[in-house]
Amino acid sequence: MNSALIDGLFVFMLAGFIGFEVIKRVSPLLHTPLMSLTNALDAIAVVGAIVLVGEHKSNFSFILGVLAVIAATSNVVGGFLITDRMLKMFKSSRPTKP
Amino acid sequence: MTPEFAGSQYIIEIIYLIASVLFILSLRWMSAPKTARHGVWAGEIGMVLAIAGTLLHHGIVDYKWIFIALAIGSGIGVPLGLVQMTAVPQRTALSHAFGAFCVTLVGTAEFYLRTPDVPPFMMAVICMEVILGSLTFTGSLMAAGKLQEVLPQRPITYKGQNIVNLGLLAVAIAAGVYLVMHPGMKQLFPVMVVIPLFFGVFMILPIGGADMPTVISLLNSYAGLSAAAMGFVVQSKLLIIAGALDGSSGFILSVIMCKAMNRSFTNVMFGAFGQVQASAAAGKEDRTVRSATAEEAAGILAAANRVVVVPGYGMAVAQAQHKVRELYDALTKRGVDVRFAIHPVAGRMPGHMNVLLAEADIPYDKLIEMDDINGDFPQTDVALVIGANDVTNPAARTDQSSPIFGMPILDVDKARTVMVIKRSMNPGFAGIDNPLYYLDNTLMLFGDAKAFVNSIVHELAGNAH
Repeated sequence: MNSALIDGLFVFMLAGFIGFEVIKRVSPLLHTPLMSLTNALDAIAVVGAIVLVGEHKSNFSFILGVLAVIAATSNVVGGFLITDRMLKMFKSSRPTKP
Repeated sequence: MTPEFAGSQYIIEIIYLIASVLFILSLRWMSAPKTARHGVWAGEIGMVLAIAGTLLHHGIVDYKWIFIALAIGSGIGVPLGLVQMTAVPQRTALSHAFGAFCVTLVGTAEFYLRTPDVPPFMMAVICMEVILGSLTFTGSLMAAGKLQEVLPQRPITYKGQNIVNLGLLAVAIAAGVYLVMHPGMKQLFPVMVVIPLFFGVFMILPIGGADMPTVISLLNSYAGLSAAAMGFVVQSKLLIIAGALDGSSGFILSVIMCKAMNRSFTNVMFGAFGQVQASAAAGKEDRTVRSATAEEAAGILAAANRVVVVPGYGMAVAQAQHKVRELYDALTKRGVDVRFAIHPVAGRMPGHMNVLLAEADIPYDKLIEMDDINGDFPQTDVALVIGANDVTNPAARTDQSSPIFGMPILDVDKARTVMVIKRSMNPGFAGIDNPLYYLDNTLMLFGDAKAFVNSIVHELAGNAH
């Protein structure tokens, strides 16, 4: 077992705790945009797919990589777009309407 | 490794570090509606930085196809980001599927690039990545199909379903374990990809629409965990962090949904839901129901001081949220205090009702969570239930034989008058009879939610002149 994997486990553990503490505080009002936002962030998997495509180590890995980049990018773009659209709609009643 | 390469590697890692900070801040800012949009921007900046940083990777020789794939993906992503708000649950399920698809493909490619020299720990994470990824892929597609109603929404169950499902999963895991011990057994790998694909389908078959909020959250969690596993495989700490954040977010939401439906977490983990419908529909005697017209309803609402609206999935189906906004305006203008009571599992995904009502321009400070509003029902003149059923069912408090006994509900029956807009007396989706409809203080308003709210609004406008 190499040390990079152990480092990874530490990072995973810490990030898991941060996730718990941060997400516990998200208002239930915003649970839908929260899910679409985390989905977009999760699509950071695109970086792994980009490397697969760019390195072109085999045709098989190249083709899977291209499909993976497409799938992940659509999540990045679609996820951020819809999250922002949803959040734009949340308005407080305090600024009075004309 | 030449010093030059080491240098670019440092830059990439620093960029990933900054992106990680931005991702955490992004979720941190989601805590309140005021700062939430900053969260999206932080996430976007982090994402652009990370992608740009990755392009510096020294092993990359082929840029053309990266940009082509990025362009195609963006082309698919834009329409997915512009769907109607009522379609958000199925869009979310679809994006879980895309995320899991990406993870499964990368895991598969990495396996064939590295085999047969894969150390056990690495093989274990590849197996986890691929199993979680492929079951989330088909599971999410099934969920999206059910939500879009291209697949039947009602649960499909058969005898021994759990045994078949768990058996399938066990075979896939066994294949994984065998691969860890014998990394040369390449031919086992396809088994490990394909079986979870079937498991994903079977896992969602027994799930009914009312269980969707839990299932979507759970799939969200799986998608996150599979991405974290991929982070171990491609040794990207950024991906491990993003996956862990997504995984814990999905997990927390699942737990909240479970609590709101009084289901244990193991019950959900094993996909053993949707079994509610069996014991329902029994023991119906003739009980009297009082119904009212739009005119009568408008009169009662106009005379009220405090009104609480309880929206449910039926409001979303009837697309009634904009009419509800008109009702809100008409009543507010008359000095009536109108608020909305939001049950955590109302709708088809966590927070579904809030988004629909926000879309209809209802201020978010009027959307009140269950625990905060339940104490106010006794002082409420009218509770108006629009398209919600089980979340208002008092049997959950009193009737031990009810399938939903113990589920926390909105105490609408404690309001002075309860009005329920409903198409007919047919029991709802889950087939559970709702004693609320037979109470003395309940008035049934039979009709389509949108049409009925519209006629109430008309009556209110008529009375004003």
